[in-house]
Amino acid sequence: MTELNKLTIADARDALRKGDVTSAEITEACLTEIEGAGALGAFVHNTPELAREQAKAADARIQAGDAPDMCGIPLGIKDLFCTKGVPSQAASKILDGFKPEYESTVSQNLLDAGTVMLGKLNMDEFAMGSSNETSVYGNAVNPWKVDDRDLTPGGSSGGSASAVAADLCLAATGTDTGGSIRQPAAFTGITGIKPTYGRCSRWGIVAFASSLDQAGPMTKSVRDAAIMLEAMCGHDMKDSTSADIPVPNFEAMLTGDIKGKKIGIPKEYHMEGIPAEIEKLWADGADMLRDAGAEIVDISLPHTKYALPAYYVIAPAEASSNLARYDGVKYGHRAKLEAGDGIDEMYAKTRAEGFGAEVQRRVMVGTYVLSAGFYDAYYNRARRVRALIKKDFDDVFAAGVDAILTPATPSAAFGLGEMKDADPVKMYLNDVFTVTVNLAGLPGISIPAGLDAQGLPLGLQLIGRPWEEGDLLNIAHEVEARAGFVAKPSKWW
Amino acid sequence: MSIDIETARKVAHLARIKVEDDRLPELAENFNAILGFIEQLNEVDVDGVEPMTSVTPMRLKRREDVVTDGGMPEKILSNAPDAREGFFAVPKVVE
Repeated sequence: MTELNKLTIADARDALRKGDVTSAEITEACLTEIEGAGALGAFVHNTPELAREQAKAADARIQAGDAPDMCGIPLGIKDLFCTKGVPSQAASKILDGFKPEYESTVSQNLLDAGTVMLGKLNMDEFAMGSSNETSVYGNAVNPWKVDDRDLTPGGSSGGSASAVAADLCLAATGTDTGGSIRQPAAFTGITGIKPTYGRCSRWGIVAFASSLDQAGPMTKSVRDAAIMLEAMCGHDMKDSTSADIPVPNFEAMLTGDIKGKKIGIPKEYHMEGIPAEIEKLWADGADMLRDAGAEIVDISLPHTKYALPAYYVIAPAEASSNLARYDGVKYGHRAKLEAGDGIDEMYAKTRAEGFGAEVQRRVMVGTYVLSAGFYDAYYNRARRVRALIKKDFDDVFAAGVDAILTPATPSAAFGLGEMKDADPVKMYLNDVFTVTVNLAGLPGISIPAGLDAQGLPLGLQLIGRPWEEGDLLNIAHEVEARAGFVAKPSKWW
Repeated sequence: MSIDIETARKVAHLARIKVEDDRLPELAENFNAILGFIEQLNEVDVDGVEPMTSVTPMRLKRREDVVTDGGMPEKILSNAPDAREGFFAVPKVVE
């Protein structure tokens, strides 16, 4: 078997069980690819020794007949996940040198399932960004190219997207606060699912906006997303918002039968300035679902327009509170102090040196909207609007809609540096189709569905009912089968 | 609502982020762009709508009120920039 790094999780699982290949061999193939892919800036802390040990253990487990589906599968882990003894710094200078003494619940669940960790993956600093340009490690680069320009893999899970699309690993973990799994998945032609809020424990994942953050898998197929999501999920006493409900066998729910499913097309997502080819892709996606026996219905989500502004109150507010812990005392970077500097100077200098420009901006916006006199006008108003946005979805689901189809992003991948001088709000528009899903706590999946005129991947998004990831994956699986997206980036790195 | 340089300075102080004076005008401009965007929320009729507290309606889990973890000062201090004699060390706080 050649090019083992290109395997899907499902194919690797089957080959491992048959004894056609070992985890050690797949792991070695990935490590070799990673070594040659420095230009992508995807892996930022490599753990080859750990990976080899884990692969050996996985092979022993498979031989003993005790092999969960994910056993022996080499993965990349986003730098936002705390991994015991391995640098975990959320792509920020302020966590320079931080090596957690503990393992995040999601990465522990994956380790318990026998997965292999190849290393940590690049991302936007503290997951704040849509282009992976705010990282202390430098940019992650999209393996897709159309000319001389380096393109963004999207963000914040840009390293994860780049690594999976370039076959440096079989799959990767991501996190999604406003679209950070789905947008990069769409930009790189891979699959990414953000589950229902509460499905994955947030414990040990560096917090950005706690009421919105969710972890999820970034994979080469919908089937892989189903397999890996199941391994990541589960109730955790250490996260008070973790849902104590059974995790189904998501893969078994990929039945191929979506007859009679009602799929909503929200009219508010026909936004001004969306390229015609994205509108066309969306219409094609609806046709695919119709051909598969689903019923397509027009729906309205009237508060859609207010999702981004509500998000840009709530997310910075929560961030300003969560990021208060980075003070130069407990971990990471501390600024050099002048004679006579007291503790306040230490905080202010440490945070000025340790946080990048976008993180500083959001922390200060959050501080402002929570400050005395503005709390009601901004923060409470945004939380009221959020309730209305969720009600929009509740009403549509109550009317019998099973899932909602939208584009994943308003454009294909853009060039790194092209948005540098744009006003920050312009970058925020990247999340216009994805952010509603976080505000409403719903599951959402991005599936590669076609190429634009330049030859860059475009994704479709499906939004599901709360806790019905299985049904959502089944519908996504039909779109995947009918779209038949098989294009891969040609290797230049 | 428009943010002036003084407000920007005050917010930076509240956030405990040192911002040099020459960077304050740009910061105020950034704030104004973002807040201008947020102003749209004023168009929404939110009368009688409760602010969302939990996106998935569920009761917080309870557990017995007992110590479940602890007794690991070395681990807690292992990542500190400055730790001495079992404590985090910081610049002098009391005069």
